[in-house]
Amino acid sequence: MQIPIEYYLILSAFMFSVGIVGVLTRRNAIVVFMSVELMLNSANLTLITFSSYLGDATGQLFVFFVMAVAAAEAAVGLAIIIAIFRNKLTVNIDEINILKW
Amino acid sequence: MMINLIYLTVLFPLFGFLFNGILGPKIKNEKVIGIIGSGTIGIAFIIAVVALFETLALPVDQRLTIVTLFQWIDVAGLNIHFAYQVDQLSLVMSLVVTGVGFIIHVYSIGYMHGDKSFWRFFTYLNLFIFAMMNLILADNFLLLFLGWEGVGLCSYLLIGFWYDRKFEKSTTASAGLKAFIVNRIGDFGFLLGMFLIYSSFGSLIFTDVFSRALSFNVPEHIFTLIAIFLFIGATGKSAQIPLLVWLPDAMAGPTPVSALIHAATMVTAGVYMVARCSIIYASAPTAMMVVAVIGVFTAFFAATIGLVQNDIKKVLAYSTISQLGYMFLALGAGAFSAGIFHVMTHAFFKALLFLGAGSVIHSMHDVQDIRQYGGLKKYMPVTYGTFLVAATAISGIPPLSGFFSKDEILWYSYANLGIVFWLIGVITALLTAFYMFRLYFLTFEGKEKFDSHKTHPHESPKLMTVPLIVLGVLSAIGGFIGIPEIFSGEHGNLFHTWLAPVFKAAEIKLMNIGSHSHFEEILFMAISIVAGVGGIFYARYVYLKKPAVADKTASRFKGAYNILLNKYFLDEAYEASVVNPIVKGSENILWKIADNRIIDGTINNLAKLVDNISGKIKKIQTGVAQSYALVMILGVLIALLWLIISYS
Repeated sequence: MQIPIEYYLILSAFMFSVGIVGVLTRRNAIVVFMSVELMLNSANLTLITFSSYLGDATGQLFVFFVMAVAAAEAAVGLAIIIAIFRNKLTVNIDEINILKW
Repeated sequence: MMINLIYLTVLFPLFGFLFNGILGPKIKNEKVIGIIGSGTIGIAFIIAVVALFETLALPVDQRLTIVTLFQWIDVAGLNIHFAYQVDQLSLVMSLVVTGVGFIIHVYSIGYMHGDKSFWRFFTYLNLFIFAMMNLILADNFLLLFLGWEGVGLCSYLLIGFWYDRKFEKSTTASAGLKAFIVNRIGDFGFLLGMFLIYSSFGSLIFTDVFSRALSFNVPEHIFTLIAIFLFIGATGKSAQIPLLVWLPDAMAGPTPVSALIHAATMVTAGVYMVARCSIIYASAPTAMMVVAVIGVFTAFFAATIGLVQNDIKKVLAYSTISQLGYMFLALGAGAFSAGIFHVMTHAFFKALLFLGAGSVIHSMHDVQDIRQYGGLKKYMPVTYGTFLVAATAISGIPPLSGFFSKDEILWYSYANLGIVFWLIGVITALLTAFYMFRLYFLTFEGKEKFDSHKTHPHESPKLMTVPLIVLGVLSAIGGFIGIPEIFSGEHGNLFHTWLAPVFKAAEIKLMNIGSHSHFEEILFMAISIVAGVGGIFYARYVYLKKPAVADKTASRFKGAYNILLNKYFLDEAYEASVVNPIVKGSENILWKIADNRIIDGTINNLAKLVDNISGKIKKIQTGVAQSYALVMILGVLIALLWLIISYS
């Protein structure tokens, strides 16, 4: 028997919400970063779901792209965080507010 | 036909101007610059002479040629050409300007020898002749105005030629500025007159305007307005009351400049312009009266100031103003050709007086105070002889040129205006003879008042004395072309007959053929000769025989003497009534209130307002990335909500 599509979508939406709350509330830049990855993966899950549901491979192809870009982005993002840490000796994003006036 | 090449008299000076202006600083050779500078004027003079003889060969009613160069302005009915009008009047003026101009150019080669800006001097002089020829030969008011402004510019440049020298209380540059600004006031009047001519007659071309002035039904008050406006322009250029204050200060320039521009040519432009517009003036009797009154009063007042001045050039400057007043008196009396005749003879003897003064100043090492001269006769025989000729000519002693022209003016002022004008004219003639011979006796006769150990007066070089001799001959015999008709018979006055066609229309309109007997004319002539001789002998008595008389008279009439010495406080009056209010008003109102408070204040306060508002708004930017993300997500949520709601 097949698992209905709603299950996948609800799981995906839950993961996305967890990601959002993580991004908005956590103080540690690394955790914020992980939350962003969570959101990305929830989007991937949605893509795969619809791909298999519609019998179209395009969605799965996109997921590969997303994973590749996400890997690259993770590398750059982590490098930035390390650079900030070396400068400010913290990764607490409350204290990294140099965008201010 | 050389007449059709008349534009060359304009182009040659232009060439000289460009050549000396562009190459002069590199050549640095005074000979080359001087030859180009005066040679171009000499060629222009020859062309003008040939054109004169060609015109003489033409029948009297065909002596007007218009030479068109190219179209200048063509817009909405206003059609102006660069066109030159060759007729009797413009030929006389061209000959005076190029002829006297050439002589003065040659003289300048000697006078300006060794000056660090020798080339600049000749550049300006050539530009001046170029502008002056445009003024004289123009066939329309606009081209005349172009020349009018051009000579004003050159006058400014040349007055301030020695811009690093002191002049009286300020600098020569500010004297030039004064001349320029006072002239600008007159030019404003000239412009208004030109606008009014265009709106009344629909053209600016002389021949059109003057024929329409006869045929169009234009009310007299319009003519009066036009004539008065144009005359305001003339008072500026020709230094008449009330705009005469600039000419004495113009003496800050080099002496050849004073001779050429501020005595012989440019200042007579006003006389020329009024004579050119004779028909307009003849149609406006009120304006004619204004011209005559201003002229006679200027002649008288300037002569009284000339009595007490001690600077040799200042005396000559006031004498120039006074003689210009005579010319305007002639124009106001309707004796246009007499006015132009005096322009010509005055150009001869006044240029000679200035050049003679220049020669004296040259040899006395820039001392200009006549009280420090004396006895120069034996050191400078040529200067002395020619100066005496010029002084006698200007005093109106027959048979020198000044007698004929001045006497013609005096006669017409009696015949056409009345005995009062004649009387003031004769008194002025007496004053003229007196101050001119005061100048002569103090300079050339009597005891030497300079320190003969320090100063060694010497005759000037040939380059300067030959021009003096040429002008001396002209001053002596120049009057014979205008012998009064009572002596020479009908049409015996060559000058008058020559110019008659130009002024015919105006003279018919004026109908000034008074019935005066020959006895009267000869009587009045005799009186004016007696006045001239009397002035000379009184000057001789006061300044040669009894030098104490002068000081005694001065101290007895101290008040009057001071008023004259200070030129009726005219400069001070203008300073208090016009200059100071403008300067103070500009400083206290325009600068400190209008500019600093209103204009700057508005801008600064606007900037402050923006600064304040943005200072408050900027607090929104916390710099915490998470709060930006929160706002973004809220936005996305609202958008989603809106989509969902709008679907159902």
